[in-house]
Amino acid sequence: MNGILDRFGQLFLTLFEDIGRWFQMLFRTGFWSVRRPYEVNEWVRQMVRVGVDSIPVVALTAMFTGMVMSLQTFNGFQRVHAENFVGSVVALAMLRELSPVLVGLMVTGRIGSAMAAEIGTMRVTEQIDALEALATNPVHYLFVPRVIAGLTMLPLLTLFGNALGVYGGRLVAVNLMHANPVLYDQNTYQFLEINDLTSGLIKAAVFGTILTVTGCTKGYFTTGGAEGVGRSTTEAVVMASLMILLSDFFLTKMLF
Amino acid sequence: MNGDSNERPMISLRDVSKSFNGKKVLDGLSIDVARGETVVIVGGSGTGKSVTLKHMIGLIRPDSGHIIVAGEDLCCMSTLDLNHFRQRFGMSFQEGALFDSMNVFENIAFPLRRHTDKSEDEIRTRVHECLDLVHLEGVESRRPSELSGGMRRRVGFARAISLEPEILLFDEPTTGLDPVISDIVAGLILEMDDRLGTTTVTITHDMKVAFKIADRVAMLHEGRVIESGTPDEFRASANPIVQQFIEGRAEGPLTESSVLSP
Ligand SMILES: Nc1ncnc2c1ncn2[C@@H]1O[C@H](COP(=O)(O)OP(=O)(O)O)[C@@H](O)[C@H]1O
Ligand SMILES: [Mg+2]
Repeated sequence: MNGILDRFGQLFLTLFEDIGRWFQMLFRTGFWSVRRPYEVNEWVRQMVRVGVDSIPVVALTAMFTGMVMSLQTFNGFQRVHAENFVGSVVALAMLRELSPVLVGLMVTGRIGSAMAAEIGTMRVTEQIDALEALATNPVHYLFVPRVIAGLTMLPLLTLFGNALGVYGGRLVAVNLMHANPVLYDQNTYQFLEINDLTSGLIKAAVFGTILTVTGCTKGYFTTGGAEGVGRSTTEAVVMASLMILLSDFFLTKMLF
Repeated sequence: MNGDSNERPMISLRDVSKSFNGKKVLDGLSIDVARGETVVIVGGSGTGKSVTLKHMIGLIRPDSGHIIVAGEDLCCMSTLDLNHFRQRFGMSFQEGALFDSMNVFENIAFPLRRHTDKSEDEIRTRVHECLDLVHLEGVESRRPSELSGGMRRRVGFARAISLEPEILLFDEPTTGLDPVISDIVAGLILEMDDRLGTTTVTITHDMKVAFKIADRVAMLHEGRVIESGTPDEFRASANPIVQQFIEGRAEGPLTESSVLSP
């Protein structure tokens, strides 16, 4: 009994330590982000890495999600003769929810993990100590460009995902379910408000920050050699995914 | 302040203690390094040599005690000031710690680009000077992973001296190198030290290297300096622990005490 309580206590301690560190690193990133020198080259390199390199996986995910959404809702809505609203449902779901969350999760798997592994390797091979010894703050040099890339690129990727998701939905509805294309398009845009778009993009920016800060932080606090790097990588993906899903709920509640 | 700093030690650790996860690594360690002096700290693996060196440049903050470098207490410095202060140091790490996302040229140019207003031409000149000083050429475009262990160390040296630091710190510069290359690297440290006139602290467990480069040798044991003196004084030490370490024997007080301690 005591053992179990002990384990529980330990679990909570590590959990709070993790969260505390996370916010500490977020604040430090904010503090250093306004400080010179601005590593513009490094910023661009990370933006390319987060943005451009994620295009294929985002395209596939968004496209197929739009197609499945369309297929599923068409089936359901047909029973109540509401096929006309499939377009609006797909568009709303993509813009407000699916596109930002899926992009966030996919980029976490692709980039968040890679950042944890990269910075973790730098930690265990003393490259981070070397950075500091060369009078370069690691948060300034490593965190800031990556977090800025996440913050700016995720909304762009989400925008791209929105377009492809809506297009995928239309493709299925018109070509497979023989919906009237003119009516479908009309319905897609009829009920959309600018807030549907912006709330999704705000979510995406938050998710981009979450996944980059998590990846960098997990890497930065890596201990224990190659094995430790593996552990950090896994933990970064799990922690960032959970945080994205949790914060999604609260953001949705706030942004409505 | 600068006037009397010639008499004052360049680096001074006072009563420094540091524990990791409840395990005491440094236990009231004190050591002074005079301006221009070359001190070698020796000691067994895991005795806290790297930890001591990292204290000197503020990479690790002590639990208690003071670290005074050029008259300034590192413990009272803000992160920003400390960051700036580190430009006066050059440090070389155990495995080189070269940035593996950059080639050799970019590694050495890194501190120059960040901390000087040098033009691209001046940077190229300086990088070549540094590479000359460590007797390397034609490796500028190679990646760290394509270099041998000895070359990686030397590129690490070149990067450490690129900003013309007043203090050089070497963490196990010869560990993992064959005896001949070790001797060459030790000679190189001696040469750099002579040419640049820096204050130098080197860590090693190789006594041959220690005697070759040191003005003064200090031995670290159980978190303290147990012996310190010129190479001759050190060789003649009456301390059985020191004698065992110099001779590299398996039996003696050094091994007994580490078996006894938890
Ligand atoms: N950042 C750290 N966190 C926890 N323990 C550490 C850390 N750095 C060093 N140690 C511990 O301190 C002890 C001394 O390490 P170190 O100074 O690297 O030894 P060495 O004399 O071989 O260079 C080791 O037991 C090591 O595990
Ligand atoms: Mg060491």
